[in-house]
Amino acid sequence: MKNIINSSSEVADQPPIEEVGASFTQRLRERLVDVVAQLAAGGALIIVFIYLTFASPVFLTLNNLFNIVSQTAVTAVIAIGMTFVIITSGIDLSVGSNAALSGVLGVMLIVNSGVPWPLAILGGTIIGGIIGLVNGLLINAARLSPFITTLGMMGVARGLVSIFTNSVGVYGTPDDFQLLGQGTIYGIPIPLLVVVLLALLAHLILNRTRLGRYTYAIGSNGEAARLSGIPIKRYLTLIYVIQGLLAGFAGMIASSRVNSGQPNFGIGLELDVIAAAVIGGASLFGGQGTILGTLIGAFLISIIRNGAVLLNVNIYYQNVIIGVVIWLAVFWDQFRRRKFAVASR
Amino acid sequence: MSLSKDEPVLRLQHISKQFPGVFAVNDVSLDVYPGEVHVVAGENGAGKSTLMKLLSQVEKPSSGTILLNHEPIRFHGPQHAQSLGIAMIYQEFALAPHLTIAQNMFLGQEPLRLGLIDRSTEIQRSRTLLKQVGLNIDPRRLVSGLSVAEQQLVEIAKALSLDAKVVIMDEPTATLTEQEIHELFNVIHNMTERGIAILYISHRLDEIFRIAHRVTVMRDGQVVATLPRAEIDEKKLIRLMVGREIANLYPKPSTTIGEVVLRVTGITRAHVLRNCSFELHAGEILGFAGLVGAGRTELARAIFGADRIDAGTIEVEGKKVRIKSPEAAIQAGIGYLTEDRKRDGLAMNLGIDQNITMAHLPVVAGILNLGQERRTALQARDQLRIRTPSIRRKVEVLSGGTQQKVIVARWLETQAKVLFFDEPTRGIDVGAKAEIFDLIGKLAQQGRAIILISSYLPELLNMCDRILVIREGQIAGAVEREQFSEERIIALATGAREIEAQ
Repeated sequence: MKNIINSSSEVADQPPIEEVGASFTQRLRERLVDVVAQLAAGGALIIVFIYLTFASPVFLTLNNLFNIVSQTAVTAVIAIGMTFVIITSGIDLSVGSNAALSGVLGVMLIVNSGVPWPLAILGGTIIGGIIGLVNGLLINAARLSPFITTLGMMGVARGLVSIFTNSVGVYGTPDDFQLLGQGTIYGIPIPLLVVVLLALLAHLILNRTRLGRYTYAIGSNGEAARLSGIPIKRYLTLIYVIQGLLAGFAGMIASSRVNSGQPNFGIGLELDVIAAAVIGGASLFGGQGTILGTLIGAFLISIIRNGAVLLNVNIYYQNVIIGVVIWLAVFWDQFRRRKFAVASR
Repeated sequence: MSLSKDEPVLRLQHISKQFPGVFAVNDVSLDVYPGEVHVVAGENGAGKSTLMKLLSQVEKPSSGTILLNHEPIRFHGPQHAQSLGIAMIYQEFALAPHLTIAQNMFLGQEPLRLGLIDRSTEIQRSRTLLKQVGLNIDPRRLVSGLSVAEQQLVEIAKALSLDAKVVIMDEPTATLTEQEIHELFNVIHNMTERGIAILYISHRLDEIFRIAHRVTVMRDGQVVATLPRAEIDEKKLIRLMVGREIANLYPKPSTTIGEVVLRVTGITRAHVLRNCSFELHAGEILGFAGLVGAGRTELARAIFGADRIDAGTIEVEGKKVRIKSPEAAIQAGIGYLTEDRKRDGLAMNLGIDQNITMAHLPVVAGILNLGQERRTALQARDQLRIRTPSIRRKVEVLSGGTQQKVIVARWLETQAKVLFFDEPTRGIDVGAKAEIFDLIGKLAQQGRAIILISSYLPELLNMCDRILVIREGQIAGAVEREQFSEERIIALATGAREIEAQ
């Protein structure tokens, strides 16, 4: 602030700066809220992990962990984008269909058009981005709600997959294509590397860039953001494009894992993705959410699914467990907010 | 009426409400007599609203007793309080917009016949009750089609249907026009005639003196004094509320008025604004006066690019600017502090620092400079005396006055040459009001051009160099400071002068 507002005042006897006495404990408390929030999901993750280590001899084997990681990668990559979308108080229901369409079309680029596989991965990603762009334009130019827009897109993209493939899988990709979903570098699974890199990047964007700050501002109060001169439509559209790109890329990871394009991939995937973000502390009302939390949420869901399989729990029960975990996570989130009324970030 | 006027209908004895760490209401004793308007005054956070929630049984007291007609009442939730005859008219109305007036009035107590809702009785009784509050409308209409004032009267009629003995009103005039306030006061008068006691919470001093029989002042959760109307004046009331003298509520400094900074010509927006033109000078404080809905906020929003305009030009410092969005307005050097801080001013769950930098992020190539952001926020905290233990604190936990300072800081950060303050003191304590006005004065002294929008005339009369009066989307006239008078402005705002002339 260059122009100094002199604080000598005609207003008599200002009260002293209030609350300073309590500030240390208060600040400590505000910090605690942060830690506790992530602890809840993180703590649950650790407990389930330890439990499964003892309950199943297979759980803590390299093979199984690799399996979990590559399964989670698809969900986690999309959930990174979903974190942005949910922070803006939006939603994207079309990510599962988008991943299927992009994954299938990417594979068709290789099989039918002879495109080299690395370029096809880029191609599939861009197709996802185009779907995201259409979502973004429908929301911001045609002013449809995100729910309706992406509900429609969920059907459109799923329908297009069937039209392009006649609902038959696309095969004939070279073995090298499997690298993305199944390969390792120095023994580290490539899908894990991909998730870690994307998560780091997303975390930096969310906390250290204009795009990230505007994401929170738009979700916290869109009208205030607009009246503060933020071009909210442009940014919102961009965020749906990012979500689309990530869904497309995740579709290619999924195709690479099975070395083919599967038209039925990703049915119901959007719900896992949204659940991951919500378990990780993102609020559907907007303005809240972190990448770390979302990752924890994604891995928690995967490990529960994996553990259920290892322990021979009926598949129907898995969904019940996941549902209850969502309730518990959101209940906990609301409980702690009420408990620590003076919340801060 | 079985009650004697000398016996309190309602007695609160040593009522306390403790929230973790604080006493929101601390050992309050209070008597309410039939037929009186008992005003509860106090700053934000003084405990008025909590006390009313205890009475209407939304919250349970931690200790103490409440006697209704000498009988202690037990805590059983708001329904129980209603059935005892304690009705609450909320600030935000609790009516269901998609139901009819009659359905709303008998919600939860529908007259039945053979187990089905007896609609004709419902409608008939609604009509009678509506008449008692001076509303002559069809009870079969939907609530969503009513004005705020009408909705409020429906709420009051609903309270009457419950045969209420005590009616609690929480800032009922906050969004009413002068005419509507007048009608509301008539209704209140009729109710007290019938022996109903009114507990009336208010911020507005002028109102308190118009309707109160007795005034109870609260501060920090405690009752400071209960006095009959005759024993208080404005100065005393403020001192009781704030706990200290306020030398001058409207500290207007003398400023030198400079060049024209903003020139607005022929601004028109279909059905809202018609051909509005004016000039604003550096260092000038220009008031926008007018009735609620006359187009003051609309004119500000149009100039700021928040709403589209159909015609008109805007010049800033002699240069014509095209303003199609708030973004463009900010670039041109215009800032707008909105009327409703919570709805379209603040990002509630972001920190003070993030709210301050929202209109002017310190970025290099898209990357935030967090150190710069922190320094900016700390500087603003010191200069505007934003009282907080941490600048990272979420704004939702701040008081109204502190929140307002956060928004002021945001706009100072943009280096705006023209600043609109739309109802800057709404919902703000008396003490904080003086600080905000002090700040506005200092900004004018620095040569910024200020437009002050307010529904409370004394604010404009004291702070402004010139007042534009807006009526039905047009500028009805301008009044210079030497010619300021309440009558002149009201005449322009209501069009009374024209009628006289005819």
